[in-house]
Amino acid sequence: MVFEVLAYDFMQRALLSGATIAVLCSVVGIFLVLRRFSLFGDALAHSSFGGVALGLLMGLYPLWMAYVISIISAVLITRIREKYDVSGDAAIAVLLSSGIAVGLVIIGLSGGFSVDIFSFLFGSILLVSVDDTILILAMTGAILLVILALFRQILYTTFDEKQAKVSGIRVERITYLLVFMAGLTVVTAIQLVGVLLISALFVIPNVTAMMLGRGFQGTVVLSIGISVSTVISGIFLSYVLNIAPAGSIVVLAICVLGATMAAKSAGLLARR
Amino acid sequence: MPRPIEVSNLSVGYAGVQALENVSFEVDQGEFLGIIGPNGAGKSTLFACMLGLNTQYTGTVRVFGQNIHRSKGPLKKIGYVPQMMHFERNFPVTVREVIQLGMWHGVQEESVDEVMRELWIHELADRRIGELSGGQQQRVFIAKAMVNDPKMLILDEPVTGVDQASMSLFYGILKDLNSNHGITIMWSSHDLDAIKMMSSHVACLNRTLYFHGAAKEFFADEKLAQIMCQCTDPSECMEHNPGIAEPPPIRNEAS
Repeated sequence: MVFEVLAYDFMQRALLSGATIAVLCSVVGIFLVLRRFSLFGDALAHSSFGGVALGLLMGLYPLWMAYVISIISAVLITRIREKYDVSGDAAIAVLLSSGIAVGLVIIGLSGGFSVDIFSFLFGSILLVSVDDTILILAMTGAILLVILALFRQILYTTFDEKQAKVSGIRVERITYLLVFMAGLTVVTAIQLVGVLLISALFVIPNVTAMMLGRGFQGTVVLSIGISVSTVISGIFLSYVLNIAPAGSIVVLAICVLGATMAAKSAGLLARR
Repeated sequence: MPRPIEVSNLSVGYAGVQALENVSFEVDQGEFLGIIGPNGAGKSTLFACMLGLNTQYTGTVRVFGQNIHRSKGPLKKIGYVPQMMHFERNFPVTVREVIQLGMWHGVQEESVDEVMRELWIHELADRRIGELSGGQQQRVFIAKAMVNDPKMLILDEPVTGVDQASMSLFYGILKDLNSNHGITIMWSSHDLDAIKMMSSHVACLNRTLYFHGAAKEFFADEKLAQIMCQCTDPSECMEHNPGIAEPPPIRNEAS
């Protein structure tokens, strides 16, 4: 049955795109989680929903507008936190609700769209085109290259901003670069799990890996492994059970997290 | 060789509050300088200016002969150990990875093993930093500061939250770095006994510099030392404690 399913072009594209997005979300997500920015992805996804609606209203490809709005939101959240001394979670809450609100207003004013808005809310990985797949691969490659090149600076800034600054790292630039990349990642990942479940991909595999891993690189590799395997299994499961892939992916990821927590509580995991 | 630190007429104000006022002093090569003063005296602000973290000041701060406001280059000669850090306990980094974070470009990987052996933490190399005790963590942060073979160490209240047994080991390491490796050390602490035991020189800071000179001079009158370190306004305290000798004059007047 697996081989039969793999024969479909749409399934090959879905698996390739899904696995690529899983890698990207794990790598970008771990820095957000460790900076206590776990809901950052959620806020960007919700604000990019406003971008999708705006793109549809203007007759543009909705994801392009979502990229623009997501990046603007990412920079805005960071700026608000820095300049107005607003706590991170409050800034995130403001943008999270305003993105959806703006999207709903635009949809209402335009009398609704013929495009299935639910595909943006819950993802549509089985419908990704060849062009989408190329975009996902290119975006992932570019972001991972930047992270690889600036790995020490990003990790040091995440670990301790003050000491990173003393070491000559331009902490503010690194922070803005990271949120910029998070903005790009969110919109790229919308096609897999949609606006509403995006933070699950950023957070759940990383939280699970942090319980199992020891060093940073090992934890990232574990997180990627968990994320890719749940995405691939989730896509297969969705096909077999005829359910939404986003739901099955996130439920599987939660099961892995739950099993890890249970194993840890039962003392089955060796002390790190 | 230029002096590690030359501070001249340094003043810092935040939102109408004067954190430091007209502070001038110098630190010589090989000196072990203890900075004392009550909470809010400006110790951390002084360190922030010396490390280039705070640039909103008047006066001059020279590090190894260079004005730190213009060039951050001399910071490569300084290792910095902050107060006990508050990072995520489950932050997934090992001791080795934390030390590697502190490495300047071009420093050899072998330096990490070398510095871990020197500070007796090589057996902890693969443990997560969050699993270690406060004392072990501080040794890791010293190792991180030492990995680039600095000429000077700056430690901001390094024993806060460290247990008594680890403290002795910690002090032994600092003494060794200063005496046997010739590293200039500048540190702050609320523990007067530790400052007396460790430091060759003392600077008493309480927004402005009340004393800077040899430790034995400062501690010649224990009550004076107590007043200097604990009073919000040392001048006022002196008035209410007749019979206490006036503090000796400040040793270095930076030019």
